[in-house]
Amino acid sequence: MSSIDQVFADLRAQNRKAFIPFVTAGDPSLDVTSAALKELSKRGGSVCELGIPYSDPIADGPVIQASYTRALQRKIKLSQILEMAGKTTPEMSAPLVTMVSYAIIHRHGTEQYIQDAKAAGIAGAIVPDLLVEESGDFAKICQANDFSLIQLVTPTTSRERAMRIAETSTGFIYYVSVAGITGERTQLPPDLLDNVSWLRSQTKVPICIGFGISQPEHVRTLKKVADGVIVGSAIVRRMGEIGEKSEEQVIDEIGDYAETLIEALNE
Amino acid sequence: MNPASESVGTASANVPDATGRYGAFGGRYVPETLTRALDQLAVEYAKAKADPAFQAELDQLLQDFVGRPSPFYHAKRLSEKCGGAQIWLKREDVNHTGAHKINNTLGQALLTLRMGKQRVIAETGAGQHGVATATACAHFGIPCVVYMGEEDIRRQAPNVFSMKLLGAEVRPVTTGSRTLRDAINEAMRDWMSSVDTTHYILGSVVGPHPFPQIVRDFQSVIGSEARVQSLARFGRLPDSVVACVGGGSNAAGMFYPFIEDKEVELVGVEAGGRSDGAGDHASPLTFGSPGVLHGSYSYVMQDDDGQTCDVHSISAGLDYPGVGPEHSYWKDTGRVRYTDCKDNAALDAFDALASCEGILPALESSHAIAAGMKVAAEKSSDQIVVICLSGRGDKDAAEIARLKEERK
Ligand SMILES: Cc1ncc(COP(=O)(O)O)c(C=O)c1O
Repeated sequence: MSSIDQVFADLRAQNRKAFIPFVTAGDPSLDVTSAALKELSKRGGSVCELGIPYSDPIADGPVIQASYTRALQRKIKLSQILEMAGKTTPEMSAPLVTMVSYAIIHRHGTEQYIQDAKAAGIAGAIVPDLLVEESGDFAKICQANDFSLIQLVTPTTSRERAMRIAETSTGFIYYVSVAGITGERTQLPPDLLDNVSWLRSQTKVPICIGFGISQPEHVRTLKKVADGVIVGSAIVRRMGEIGEKSEEQVIDEIGDYAETLIEALNE
Repeated sequence: MNPASESVGTASANVPDATGRYGAFGGRYVPETLTRALDQLAVEYAKAKADPAFQAELDQLLQDFVGRPSPFYHAKRLSEKCGGAQIWLKREDVNHTGAHKINNTLGQALLTLRMGKQRVIAETGAGQHGVATATACAHFGIPCVVYMGEEDIRRQAPNVFSMKLLGAEVRPVTTGSRTLRDAINEAMRDWMSSVDTTHYILGSVVGPHPFPQIVRDFQSVIGSEARVQSLARFGRLPDSVVACVGGGSNAAGMFYPFIEDKEVELVGVEAGGRSDGAGDHASPLTFGSPGVLHGSYSYVMQDDDGQTCDVHSISAGLDYPGVGPEHSYWKDTGRVRYTDCKDNAALDAFDALASCEGILPALESSHAIAAGMKVAAEKSSDQIVVICLSGRGDKDAAEIARLKEERK
């Protein structure tokens, strides 16, 4: 059983839901990223997502894109990110997964990427631009290495296709709440709960919902159907306030923010 | 997946396969959200292609609205100046809106209507694709938003003005290098949130399947006409065919109908920029490596982490770090020879065509003229070199004046 499977097995046994925070690697620095990951894990994050900055992200909204641009302007390299992860994961109870473009994985070499990620204690990958049709070879290597490949289902995915994606997804299924890019939203689409419930009835793989989620109210609604929620832009936006505020203060605030959402998830 | 090596030496017109692969290249590397729209587009396009009424409507438009067939022109004085083969120009510059881009936008606008979508978005670098999209949308009464990098807005002011006059909204893109590549990112993002109602009229043979195929097919009218015109004029095919490569649509359209004619040499010309150093040019086929950008697998300018490199060209339409996947396939199979042309050589070619023939070429096309003149110079006077004159240079006049001032 992979470490992510273990997390969901434990949560289910306790009738609890997963809180999955996202931070961008290297914004504002890898040291701060490391501190944020440790804090989020300590405050009860179930799995943590580490965004690998990419020059041409298509699925990301302005907040995450800007954080990628800032990180890349500091000439951050994949090797440094993995090195930071390697030092951080031993101090985290939550498994770490990367959100990474296939452009980066391909360039690094698929086999090599998984070897290096695993060596850094990373448990899986979300590859937003690798569709189920194109992921066969990569999925095989992931499987052989007990490395989770978390696939995405969106509101535009047909049910037949969602089943195919569910079959190949390991760790959990990333259910994208909206047809659109990442970013905080006030309202969630009305048919979201029905769509997730349907998928819930089709697969045993945990389903976590992401994109647009930022408020305790969202979390209370979604926990009825989902195994967890993923929160990105709301955290990345707060990280962007470092400078106006001190690192310690912002990391503390992010921890507090995570806790309010975790409370709402499990109340 | 078919590794590139398997296809080397066997370039054929029978690509892409059902998954959108050209040998190893192409495919679809996009967020899941876009797959439904891409599937719909592929299905609808296949139906349209098989529907004689669709082709008839497009042909009629190309004739009456665009002015096709475009002339096939013997550049006598330019040929004399080169002192080699006879240079003939395929005159896409005299098309309505001044470039080859209109061939594709009318086709895709018809597809938009077939799919029942009510809004169009597009990206543009030189502005020619933006103007062509705005024109097609005005013709059909479809609302249109064009994404354009701020740097390109500066370089291509006349086209920005035209787009607005045609009723399009031009949205400045301020991220990244503020050029074509960032405009594509923004258009894709818009499309992510609007796929149900919006068609994205992509402007070159790039992007996820089925775009490279659709754009190539719509642009193939260039090569098909040139082929017929060659046979009519000379009773044979040309010796060489030359075209510039940004994303690669005018070149793909020019080359594709000649792919099986192995006796015809095909030459694609990338933007050589200021120098061969990274960041100084826009020549992924010459200096890049296979990777993923904007939804497909092709040659790209990338660093050792897979981050897209900044590129440079004096020509906004060639200032792009990627290239269409079919060109990558043609490169690896050896069917097309790719070369590059430096900024200064393109400016000289601009002057040569202006002074010898009374034609102001687009800066993009000036790259093809420069390389075509070289090809011609090495041949004898009974040989024929056809150059695709992809667009006219009015849009570049102010930028050229500025560049000449800089060169002084
Ligand atoms: C006149 C002209 N030629 C060529 C190009 C390059 O595009 P492509 O390589 O897709 O033909 C452009 C792009 O804007 C253009 O305006």
